[in-house]
Amino acid sequence: MYKIVRKKEIGNKVHNLEIYAPEIAKNAKAGQFVIFRIDEKGERVPLTVAGTNPQECLVRIIFQEAGKSTTHLASLCEGDSIRDFVGPLGHPTVIKHYGTVVAVAGGVGAAELLPVIKELKTAGNKVITIVGARCKDLIILEDELKQESDALLFATNDGTCGVKGFVTDILKEVMDTQEINIVYAIGPVPMMKAVAELTKEKHIETVVSLNPIMLDGTGMCGACRVIVNGKTKFACVNGPEFDAHSVHWDELSSRLNSFKDLEKISFDNFTVRRECKCRKK
Amino acid sequence: MSQKVNMPERDPQIRRKDFKQVNTGYSKEEMLAEAKRCLQCKNPMCVKGCPVEINIPGFIKYLVEDNPSEAMKVLKQKTNLPAVCGRVCPQENQCEKSCILSKKGEAVSIGNLERYAADATSNIEDNIAIKKNGMKVAVVGSGPAGLTCGGDLLKLGYDVTVYESLHDSGGVLRYGIPEFRLPKKVLDIEIEKLKKLGMKIVLNTLIGRTKTIQNLFDEEFKAIFVAVGAGLPVFPKIPGENLNHIYCSNEFLVRVNLMRAFDFPHYDTPVYSGKNVIVVGGGNTAMDSARTAVRLGANSVKLIYRRSEEEMPARREERRHAKEEGVEFITLTNPVNFFGDEKKAVKAVECVRMLLGEPDESGRRRPYEMEGSNYTIDADMVILALGLHPNPILPSLTKGLNTNSHGHIVIDVNYMTSISGIFAGGDIVGGDTVISAMGMGKKAAKAIDNYLKK
Repeated sequence: MYKIVRKKEIGNKVHNLEIYAPEIAKNAKAGQFVIFRIDEKGERVPLTVAGTNPQECLVRIIFQEAGKSTTHLASLCEGDSIRDFVGPLGHPTVIKHYGTVVAVAGGVGAAELLPVIKELKTAGNKVITIVGARCKDLIILEDELKQESDALLFATNDGTCGVKGFVTDILKEVMDTQEINIVYAIGPVPMMKAVAELTKEKHIETVVSLNPIMLDGTGMCGACRVIVNGKTKFACVNGPEFDAHSVHWDELSSRLNSFKDLEKISFDNFTVRRECKCRKK
Repeated sequence: MSQKVNMPERDPQIRRKDFKQVNTGYSKEEMLAEAKRCLQCKNPMCVKGCPVEINIPGFIKYLVEDNPSEAMKVLKQKTNLPAVCGRVCPQENQCEKSCILSKKGEAVSIGNLERYAADATSNIEDNIAIKKNGMKVAVVGSGPAGLTCGGDLLKLGYDVTVYESLHDSGGVLRYGIPEFRLPKKVLDIEIEKLKKLGMKIVLNTLIGRTKTIQNLFDEEFKAIFVAVGAGLPVFPKIPGENLNHIYCSNEFLVRVNLMRAFDFPHYDTPVYSGKNVIVVGGGNTAMDSARTAVRLGANSVKLIYRRSEEEMPARREERRHAKEEGVEFITLTNPVNFFGDEKKAVKAVECVRMLLGEPDESGRRRPYEMEGSNYTIDADMVILALGLHPNPILPSLTKGLNTNSHGHIVIDVNYMTSISGIFAGGDIVGGDTVISAMGMGKKAAKAIDNYLKK
């Protein structure tokens, strides 16, 4: 069992959990992920590590309530435990001195970006961070991101924070005004795809962290296969980071929808059961 | 010569609707009748046919006396997983093939008798006196090779810790082999007995990532047995293979067996239940996938194989069971294209007829395409059971651990890898069945003991 030591809601339905897992805390590096399973009946869910605290043996994960498992996880409290927590999985981000790095995140991708820019900054890079969200309420970790960035820029769909528009609008402007050595992007597929299309025109190296459906996370099941440069790759063992310009984006999008209907059944089933429990109280 | 007592089976029309065991096991009378058929050869050929050299006439002799617990003691000298072996070993190619009775008629049903002995004693604890030597050995992977090697080392007095990356132990016995062939309760009992003997099993630990091999040596493990099994599934590299509802057999079986998706939404993990299912492949995994698809409610399950049924690697019994349950075999046929609908889900498979040419390196006749024979079969789900490459994680993260061009870890005659103190066995060195993995685990345990006694 893995204990939830700290829990905090850091945005609208966005939760920050610190979980006691000494070995993962010691060995996880930026860009790697974990898989959690809440209980005996739970599914295996991958999440990128948002940070570690090796002294206290804690692993930090940040997620937004979306489906059954994330909603269930959000309902647990400090002191509760989850049954399974395995990692770190996948290759760590390649950290070196590139020069100027533009780091782009969408939504909770900001949490996953945090350890990456921290390392990039330590390696002597100039880090320009661009964060996009639907609205101000969904912007998370502003202070921490600011601390690890040379510049921090926001885009919101409704203009409640930063530029009204998309991260690509800001990225375009940054690309026009200065030389960029590498772009790193993490977030929803349409966002990563848009970033990739933009940087491809200007031949700027771009790395993305992919989030396909996963099961075991150790290369066994092939659920997470993605086409990169025309070849089948497994995000769990070959990734999760790939060259953005080589990813077959449309296929990744459609594969992410594989279980949409069933996921809804699972979620509805859970929320109905949860309501019942509340009414009893 | 008396006639062989057949294993009782559940009616195909009933069993195809649930996941309960197909073979129900001998009654005492059936067991006695079958056990008495054994000639108790002085020079038993069956033992030579067994990869773990079980004293077969020895355990059967006790069964003739209706003494399963003594029979079990004989079995346990050589196997840590008799209830598993009795169910999933391809006995017809091993012990039973060598049985002297098979020369004139039908061999003794050694597997069925082994299963009887194990099931009849499932709630009796193994009373094995172990003299502990205090030396620590780590086993990486809790599948058949790892559990066998770990179990043997335990009995030799070692302090054994088994590391498993998944959330439950058993490896392919848990995630791969379906409930109707090997009930998970049976597996749990076998593993529980190993734990009672002192085996420590640490779950959720991916060696290479969660901990490295060097960490294990630093923790005073004197030897390490690597049995991480198969990994990366093989895809056919044909157009449309990544359409939705096209699964590799491992994904399909892991969802159903390990994650219990057949009980969705009671369990959280979903699985798509196709109505017109095509399974590609001819091994046991293909049979398991096809029979599982039947049980999930498919109207039609077609199994496509590029050679003829004669060349199929799947056990004869599995093929028969699959057919009885309604799986249609389409042999000498290969998929060449998958077509999708507007939602990017598979809707049809284009196939081509195959012909058999000269034998290839495997000794089987090489299939080749019959020109112009293409035709299309409708399908809303495809399961690809085309085999697996060895798991690359541990070798790629362990400096100096050599692999060959296929990705298998290279071992010497003593099962030692290129790194002193690290041994390997099972699918990661090129094994292909549960029993061959167990055989290797057994021999590796002996080799590790010799190495540590030096």
